[in-house]
Amino acid sequence: VEDARDRVAAAVGASPAEIVFTGGGTEADNLAIKGAARKRRGDGDHVVVTAFEHHAVLDAAAALAREGFEVTRVAVEPDGSVDPQRVADAVRHSTVLVSVMTVNNEIGTVQHVGAIAEAVKAANPRTLVHTDAVQALGNVPVDLHAWGVDLAAFAAHKAGGPKGVGALFVRSPVALEPVLHGGGQERGLRSGTLNVAGIAGFGVAAEIAAKEVYEKSDRLLALRDRLLDGIRGIVPDVVVNGRLEHRVAGNLNVCIPGTDGETMLLLLDGAGIACSSGSACASGALDPSHVLLAIGVPKRLAKGSLRFSLGRTSTAEDVDAVLAALPGVVERARKVA
Amino acid sequence: MPRRKAVVAMSGGVDSSVAAALLVEQGYDVTGVMLKLWKGEAANTGSGCCNLGAAEDARRVADALSIPFYVLNFADFFEATVRRDFHEQYLAGRTPNPCVRCNHWVKFDALLDKAAALGADLLATGHYARVDYHGGRYRLRRGVDPSKDQSYVLWMLGQRQLARCAFPVGSQEKSATRALAAELGLRTARKPDSQEICFVRDGDFDAYVGESMPAAAAPGPILDLDGAVVGTHRGIGRYTIGQRKGLGVALGRPVFVTSIDARANALTVGGRDDLLVSELRLDEVGFVHDAPPDGTRVLVQYRAHGDAFPAIVDGSTIRFDEPVEAAAPGQSAALYSADDPAEVLGGGVIASSVSLAASRSG
Repeated sequence: VEDARDRVAAAVGASPAEIVFTGGGTEADNLAIKGAARKRRGDGDHVVVTAFEHHAVLDAAAALAREGFEVTRVAVEPDGSVDPQRVADAVRHSTVLVSVMTVNNEIGTVQHVGAIAEAVKAANPRTLVHTDAVQALGNVPVDLHAWGVDLAAFAAHKAGGPKGVGALFVRSPVALEPVLHGGGQERGLRSGTLNVAGIAGFGVAAEIAAKEVYEKSDRLLALRDRLLDGIRGIVPDVVVNGRLEHRVAGNLNVCIPGTDGETMLLLLDGAGIACSSGSACASGALDPSHVLLAIGVPKRLAKGSLRFSLGRTSTAEDVDAVLAALPGVVERARKVA
Repeated sequence: MPRRKAVVAMSGGVDSSVAAALLVEQGYDVTGVMLKLWKGEAANTGSGCCNLGAAEDARRVADALSIPFYVLNFADFFEATVRRDFHEQYLAGRTPNPCVRCNHWVKFDALLDKAAALGADLLATGHYARVDYHGGRYRLRRGVDPSKDQSYVLWMLGQRQLARCAFPVGSQEKSATRALAAELGLRTARKPDSQEICFVRDGDFDAYVGESMPAAAAPGPILDLDGAVVGTHRGIGRYTIGQRKGLGVALGRPVFVTSIDARANALTVGGRDDLLVSELRLDEVGFVHDAPPDGTRVLVQYRAHGDAFPAIVDGSTIRFDEPVEAAAPGQSAALYSADDPAEVLGGGVIASSVSLAASRSG
C-alpha cells in the first residue's frame, strides 16, 4: 500500500503523506467537498463550484446546501474554459471552498488550475481550492504542488487502473472532517479496510500513466484529427463542443445537427462501436447533458451529441470503422429527430 | 436470408418478458427496449410499473435471453402529451384513459418510428391482443384469454401500424404465459400484474389529484337532478360517471354521479336509472380498416373491463339497442364486429352521451 502511495504521489506531484486512498473518484470528491466545508463551518458557509462539474461535485454541493450552506455555480465559457477571474469574483469573505475540475469528462477541456487557485487565494487566502482531477491523470501532466491546490480527486480506472479505488490529495496541513467513520484508517480521514489489491494496481497504473502522458497525447491527437476530418467529410455542419486547444487529445464531443443522439448511440452500439451522448441516468436512459447546456449549446442541438473517447488501445482501424458506420447512422437518426 | 428484426417494448413484467422470449424462439433478431416515461425520480417504488426496479428486471430478462437492451428516454414527450392530456381532461370534468393515449401517441406512434429508425421490421409488446392478415387487410382481434384481453386500449391502431406490430402473447392464456416464463427461468415469472396508472405514485390517485391537479381538487356542490344542493364533493378529479362511493350524500336511496360540470365545479347525482344512456357521441373516431357504412351493427365496449353491447354506428354516433349504464366522457368506446365479436373495427373517445330520459322526452 505504501509503495503504491509513493507511486501515486510521484505521479501527481505530491508528498506520499498527502495521498488518501478512497473507493474511487466520486468518494474522493465527496470527501473533499463535504469534509472541507463541514470542517470549516466556523469560517463561513459559502461554497463555489462551476456549472459543468461532474455530478459527484454538484450533488455533494447540493447536499451541503440542504445542510444550510449556500452554493454558487459559476458559469463557464462557451468554449468550455473556466475564467479564473469569474471564479475569483464569486469568492466572498465567507467562502470556505471552491471546486473547479481540471479536465471536463464530457468535452475534455483542460483548465489552468494554477491560475484559478492563484486568483481564488488572492480574493480570499483562507478559501480552500479543490479540483476534480479524475480525468487528468494520464491525459495531461499533473503537478499538484505547482498548481497550489489544497484538494484533488483521482480515480484509478481513468488512469488505466482497476475500478473501485481512487485517491484524494489533501495538502498538508489542510484538515477535513471524515465522511466515513470507523477504524481510523488513512490517518482517520477514510476509515475502512483498504482495498489492497486495488491500491496496488492503482500505484502501477499511476506510474505508467504519468510516464506515457506525452507520447499517448501525440498519438491520440493524430487519431482524433483523423476522426474529426472524417466526420466533417460526412457531416459538413458538424459542431465541435468545446475548444480543440487545451483539450484532452483523445476526447471528441460533437453535435450533429438535426439528429437524435439516442438513436445514433443504439445504432453505433449495434455496429460494435461504443460511444456516449448526454449523460446516463440511473435507469440507463439518456438525459440531456448539463455540460453541453452549461457551455450554451441549444437544447435541440444538444440532443444530437456524440462523445468519442480515444484511448491507449485505439487504432486508426477503429477510427475508420466509425467513419464507415457513421453515414448510415446519421441518416437514420435524422428521421426521428 | 437475414433474420427479421423486432424491437420489443419491455416493461419488466411477465407479459413483455415472454413476448420477447417467444420472438427469440421464432428466430427474430430481437432488441429489448424499455420506455423511461418518468422525469426525475420514478413515481413508483416497489413492484409497480415504470421505475428503476422494473428497468432492472427487464434488463436481467434481456440478458437471460441474450438480447441487447436499452432504456429509451421518452419522459419529456410523455409529459407533454399523455400527462398533459390527462390533466386537461380531468379539469374539463372528463375521465381520461391515459393508457389509450400512451398507446396512441407514444407506443404505437413515436416508439414505432423509433423502432423503424433502429432498423426493426416489427414492434412487439406484451399486450393481450392478436394481429393477423386476413381477407386482404390487417385485423386486430381480442386476445384469446378473455380475462386478460387488452384489445380495448388498442382501438386506434390502423393498417399502417398493424403492418409493423406483433402481440406474441395474445394468442395464449395468461396461465400459459406464466408457465413459459417459469420454464425459461425468467425472474419475472411470478411478478404480480400492475393494475395502476404508471405515473401515479404507489397507486394513490386521491393524493395525485391533490398534488398534480389542484384545480380538480377544489371542493364544490353536489346537486340532485332538480339542481338542489345535496352535498359537497372533494374535487371533480376524484369522481367519475356512475360512481357511488365516497359521495357522502344521505338521501335514503343509492345515488350515483350522473354528470360532472367542470365550469360550475359541480357534480350531479341521481338514481341508478338516471345513469342509463341510449347514445354516445364520439370524438377522434378511427377505424382499423375502412369506416363501416352508416347503420352498421356493432358491439360497443365503453369501459376498460366491461362487456360489449349491441349498437348501430352512424358516423360518430353510437345508438345502443338497449340503454347502457354510466358511460363517462373521456373514456374510449371500442367497436367490435357483430359478425366476429373478437374483431376490433375501431373506436373513439366519448365526447358526450344522451341519457335515456332525454332521448325519451325527445
